Amino acid sequence: MKKTARGVLSCVALTILVLALAGCGGQKKSTLKVYNWGDYIDKSVLESFEKQTGINVIYDEFATNEDMYVKLKAGGSDYDVAIPSDYMIRRMISENMLQPIDFNNIPNYQYIDERFKNLAYDGKNQYSVPYMWGTVGILYNKKMVSEPVDSWRILWDEKYKKQILMLDSQRDAIGITLKMLGYSLNTKNQKELDEAKEMLIKQKPLVLAYVGDEVKDKMIGNEAALSVVWSGDAIFMKKENPDLEYVIPKEGSNLWFDAMVIPKNGKNKKEAEQFINYMCSTEIAYKNADFIGYSTPHSDARKKLPPELTSDRSVYPEKEDVKNSEVFEDLADSLPLYDKIWTEIKSK
Amino acid sequence: MKKNPITYPYILWMVIFTVVPLALILVYSVFTMDSSGIGFTLQHIKRVFEPLYLVVLLRSIRLAVVSTVICLVLGYPVAMILAERHLSKKSILIVLFVIPMWMNFLARTYAWMTLLEKNGLINTALGAIGLPAINILYTDNAVILGMVYNFLPFMVLPIYSVLRKIDSAVIEAAEDLGATPVTTFRRVIFPLSLPGVMSGITMVFMPAVTTFVISRLLGGGQYTLIGNLIEQQFLTTRDWGFGSSLSFILMIFILLTMGIMSRYEKDNEGGGLW
Repeated sequence: MKKTARGVLSCVALTILVLALAGCGGQKKSTLKVYNWGDYIDKSVLESFEKQTGINVIYDEFATNEDMYVKLKAGGSDYDVAIPSDYMIRRMISENMLQPIDFNNIPNYQYIDERFKNLAYDGKNQYSVPYMWGTVGILYNKKMVSEPVDSWRILWDEKYKKQILMLDSQRDAIGITLKMLGYSLNTKNQKELDEAKEMLIKQKPLVLAYVGDEVKDKMIGNEAALSVVWSGDAIFMKKENPDLEYVIPKEGSNLWFDAMVIPKNGKNKKEAEQFINYMCSTEIAYKNADFIGYSTPHSDARKKLPPELTSDRSVYPEKEDVKNSEVFEDLADSLPLYDKIWTEIKSK
Repeated sequence: MKKNPITYPYILWMVIFTVVPLALILVYSVFTMDSSGIGFTLQHIKRVFEPLYLVVLLRSIRLAVVSTVICLVLGYPVAMILAERHLSKKSILIVLFVIPMWMNFLARTYAWMTLLEKNGLINTALGAIGLPAINILYTDNAVILGMVYNFLPFMVLPIYSVLRKIDSAVIEAAEDLGATPVTTFRRVIFPLSLPGVMSGITMVFMPAVTTFVISRLLGGGQYTLIGNLIEQQFLTTRDWGFGSSLSFILMIFILLTMGIMSRYEKDNEGGGLW
């Protein structure tokens, strides 16, 4: 019995020791925890922020909005700044997961183009500051596709059998199909969704693969003729392989925004606002846009980028280029509907 | 049985990281939690047995069985060669066999992607010697290849460790009594190696039936397996109830398979898992 008690005690002591060690460190300096997409910042920017302010930055990355959401929702994490996309921000606002931002502390917000303020996902602009934006479109290889590409329909053309790469993402794959059929990509209408499902099942034999980040390697290496990609990735791939061209189909597409937000369980709101303001300074916004190659909503940073990039209307589309395009809304209760359709397509 | 206090940290570990998560899976799969309180439901479990999801489950099982059989057919001779008593430089062979496992599993799978693609290494080599290119990336075959490549060592090592322990006197006795090599193998060596074979089969079948990375990378996401489906429920759809039910049914299925297997695993001398 005595032995048992000692065993239990030593076990408890060990646990406490481990926890104490894990909790050590980082008490003296103020810290800031940032949660961002992978490959989505010029890391030197973080170093200079640390140098300038003396704030210690802990930087973590996620691969999808959903990963990020699960981690924040589960509690236990205390990120001060996160950079999710539009529909996820909408969801987080409605689930009361974000803190309103005090825009008095973010004077550099004035540089954000008016076009990107007060968007549907954050209508009164209380919770988010746009970081990057873009579209979803078709990236094609000019050597393999000679006809003009301007419609999603080309992804259903028998000629390109096994040369098409689709995005392995329910929202995007179903969304572009809905746009092609002339519906909203936020539809919850069962009939419209069924139609999209039939189209995608019909398309499946033509598809080489449903891919995520691998699409970059594949398109650069001439492994496929056509692919559905995000505009930011398209800019990168075009740089690596000049045979590639990006278009926003005429039926319209998805217009997306990634924006900086302050999660509820973050503990350093002041530092978070300082960081967001820093990220919106012209020099830093330019550095990031130049490094990752995505389109920036920062009007002064845009002016500093090479004109051949900013005048490319597939990269920096004007309002009329995206008049048919929509921003994703949170599907809420209809999400399982999309999931079921996607599983039906993929299990065929 | 008297427990040694030294096992307590281990038991604590097991409780925190195995028992509690398993209990949570069960809870999520049969209870619903919403604003109106907690309720008991079987709808998630029922949904698992809808034809749509059964197709996915059956496909996962089919691919896993095929890979397990291939692993066994390829792995058994390898294990025999490794266990060969007179083999010189045996340790070098074993190390060579295990080295790929030092590399990260994902990196190895990515490497296959580059090897198999249309303008990949294999097709370039085939083209250079005038042979037609093969297009197996993004097919069932690529998924099976990936599974066999990644899980083969799990088949070879348990069989090897059982074979090595077979008393050579038994084999000599069989030979003295006039058994041909084939008979010796059939009546003596193979039955004695069964425990290793069984744990090999379990160790290959389990990761093969639950994988979601191999099917996504090498199958091009066209082949939803049960692992992909579960991942999708937790990350994309956030339907934890259904995801847990899928995991729960899958675990029961694996448990049943292992129960059947373990009947053959009595008296096992090393190499066994349990």
